[in-house]
Amino acid sequence: MKVGVIRFPGSCDDIDAQQAAARVGEAVLLWHRERDLQGVDAVIVPGGFSYGDYLRAGAIARFAPVMESVAEFASDGGLVFGICNGFQVLCEAHLLPGALLANTSLRFVFRQVELEVVRNDNPFTATCEPGERLSIPVKHTTGRFYAPDDQLDALEQRGQVVLRYAPGNNPNGSVRDIAGVCNEARNVFGLMPHPEHAVDALTGSTDGLKLLQSIAAHARQPAAAA
Amino acid sequence: MRARILVRPKEGILDPQGQAVERALPALGFEGVANVHIGRLIELDVEDPSRLPEMCERLLSNPLIESYEIEEAAK
Repeated sequence: MKVGVIRFPGSCDDIDAQQAAARVGEAVLLWHRERDLQGVDAVIVPGGFSYGDYLRAGAIARFAPVMESVAEFASDGGLVFGICNGFQVLCEAHLLPGALLANTSLRFVFRQVELEVVRNDNPFTATCEPGERLSIPVKHTTGRFYAPDDQLDALEQRGQVVLRYAPGNNPNGSVRDIAGVCNEARNVFGLMPHPEHAVDALTGSTDGLKLLQSIAAHARQPAAAA
Repeated sequence: MRARILVRPKEGILDPQGQAVERALPALGFEGVANVHIGRLIELDVEDPSRLPEMCERLLSNPLIESYEIEEAAK
């Protein structure tokens, strides 16, 4: 599997994401000005502060040339995984539902959190069991997932809520403790916590690897690109 | 045209910035303040004002969480 990690000006977790993905396959960086996805089988939109997060987090990054290719890749069924700022970018790009707002505390939160796997019928958590707990760090100021109630009901009904903060672990005030959601087609996934920082026992948890292994097992070039 | 765009958090969406300011004001002795909401003010010169709503929908606001209002500003 070949993973492409997008690098925007202001990305800061691109190298960690690349190194984490390199544990399960080949991983290359994709510059935001380039439209060529270099034949990758999956795309990671990493954390950071793309384009300075000016206006709203992710609002300007979504218009980067590379994002046109990512949108096309996603509509052809390619796997796209947005982490933290990447999640914000994918929401702004309407590739994922909802929006990320300032944490209720208005503070930067940086800690290990327990996540609960809600669904595993998607390419991102297929290696996990429903109800399983994953220990993965968060580090953000703008991570409160929000969508209107009727949209939330629809998301839950369609099985798009993939990961929740375990009881007592919601670090940002996200509605219904939602940590990660996918699109209706289940090939685009966004998550506020950082699995790329939980791939080595040295930093306390290797649970993040499970998501990457799951991606590696399911990634393939979209039919249109192959 | 010089335009002024007011972007506000939509009604019903938790606004922790507004709440923090609402709590801070009485601490300074300013009593009787309620319903504080904090948004964003954007001013710009625009050749074709008819395109402003589209600008607001696509970039200047996020219609899921924010409402916007366009005013003509004095030059």
